[in-house]
Amino acid sequence: MKTDHDIILENVSFAYKQNKILEDVTLFIQKGEFASIVGPNGGGKTTLLKLILGLLKPDQGRIRIFGKPPAQARQKIGYMPQYAPLDMNFPATVMDVVLMGRLAEKTFWFSKKDRSEALAAIDEVGMTGFAATGFNELSGGQRQRILIARALCSRPAILLLDEPTANVDHETEVNLFSILQALNLKMTILVVSHDLGFVSKYVKSVICVNRKVVIHPTTIMNGLLIKDIYHGDLKMVRHDHRCSHEGHSHD
Amino acid sequence: MITGAAMKATAMIEAIQALLDPDNLFLRYALVMGGLASVSFGIIGTFVTIKRIGYLAGAISHSVFGGIGLAIFLQVNVGLSWFDPILGATLAAVISAVIIGLVSLHAKEREDTIIGTIWAVGMAAGILFIDRTAGYFNLSSYLFGDILLISKKDLIFVSCLDVTVLGLSILFFNRFFSVCFDSEFMSLRGLNTSFFYLLLLVLTALTVVLLVRIVGIVLVIALLTIPSAIASFYAKRLWQMMLFSILLCAFFTTAGLLLSYTLSLSSGPTIIILSGATYLTLLIFHKWIKN
Repeated sequence: MKTDHDIILENVSFAYKQNKILEDVTLFIQKGEFASIVGPNGGGKTTLLKLILGLLKPDQGRIRIFGKPPAQARQKIGYMPQYAPLDMNFPATVMDVVLMGRLAEKTFWFSKKDRSEALAAIDEVGMTGFAATGFNELSGGQRQRILIARALCSRPAILLLDEPTANVDHETEVNLFSILQALNLKMTILVVSHDLGFVSKYVKSVICVNRKVVIHPTTIMNGLLIKDIYHGDLKMVRHDHRCSHEGHSHD
Repeated sequence: MITGAAMKATAMIEAIQALLDPDNLFLRYALVMGGLASVSFGIIGTFVTIKRIGYLAGAISHSVFGGIGLAIFLQVNVGLSWFDPILGATLAAVISAVIIGLVSLHAKEREDTIIGTIWAVGMAAGILFIDRTAGYFNLSSYLFGDILLISKKDLIFVSCLDVTVLGLSILFFNRFFSVCFDSEFMSLRGLNTSFFYLLLLVLTALTVVLLVRIVGIVLVIALLTIPSAIASFYAKRLWQMMLFSILLCAFFTTAGLLLSYTLSLSSGPTIIILSGATYLTLLIFHKWIKN
């Protein structure tokens, strides 16, 4: 059973100074999952991602990625950080940025294979022909796609995206999620998003994070639950239950 | 306009004559030094500019004064004649680069306060060492540069540092570039980003020492960042920005030195005014074009 799970968190707690960000989180993410992580600001979404990436260490509990501690599994995780305003004069082409995803401990110079993998990743996000364009000449949505290509370039088995649709228009958002949907055929995807109503059309599950973590398969999201979520009123979803690997069960 | 051009021509002739004059060996040394140092300045200045750590470089360059003071103190009072000011400067620069680097990596909220403190303490320590040293020292030659101080030994020192900076920058080109662009992502790729950040700061420190002789501690930071700031208007890729910065830096030091010689002005400030005025003019020009 457990071998089907790419990501396993067991009784994980994390506090920043005195503030408990995540408390007793148990979460099983299946291979091939496409889940959206939702929740209020400061609820612990980014903390959850950083724990999975091994950038943060849990105070309690255990995290396993492909059965290994996160730091050892990192090479198989593609990560797209939250959009940060970059220096508009940063001298990098699209190719330069995507190639960064190929840097590894022993890579000093990029090989032909690195370049062809980078070009393939650029194709995959629908940005063919942009390799030589300056990164700072792109629109917000195009940059997000290039940052996804950078994450793809290392051929990951899991893709983590932190707010890829912040600051982009609806059309770009649709575009991004259809790209992700295609990628999901090959890899497990977790995406932090604000816009649950929109995202639930694409994803298989919704992970609600607000100190506690609850996973809802979108297939059972009907009636009251889906209505509540569509209205964006996340507080209406009962969060006093614990999730198990069968989805979630109410105590 | 005509008189301006004529004046320029006479200045050029005077400068060339000055260069050929065997009594003016120091001017040739200064020009060679400026040219050699431009290589490191263009490369490291580009990293400093894109990583936006000009403030850190400023703190490093000012703390260099503590090392110079210590060296003079040890030479005169303790009798360590081999302890050259440039050696003291190098030591102080590297030590402060490592401290500043560790502070900026770990002390998130208080970073600017701590770095400001190191900046001031380095300067103050230098003055106190010199207070306790018998004899007269022309402080302004260290603060604002003095080409008369340049010796053959300095040229050898500059060449060695150039080779080090150039070699490491070529070897770690992609690493430095990625760490400047997105350090967090690179640490996820398994790179020791803290190491490369510290190495970059140490190289910055060594580079700063290179030109303290010509432009001085206070002004060196401008020559580190202005050429790359200008280059960033035109360059699309990192290596283009570096190459352009090197050329600009060599141009500013050469033109500034010749200008200061012919007009009998201090060399450091002349170089800085020349490069600063060029940068500001281009900046206004570019803003104006955009609107």
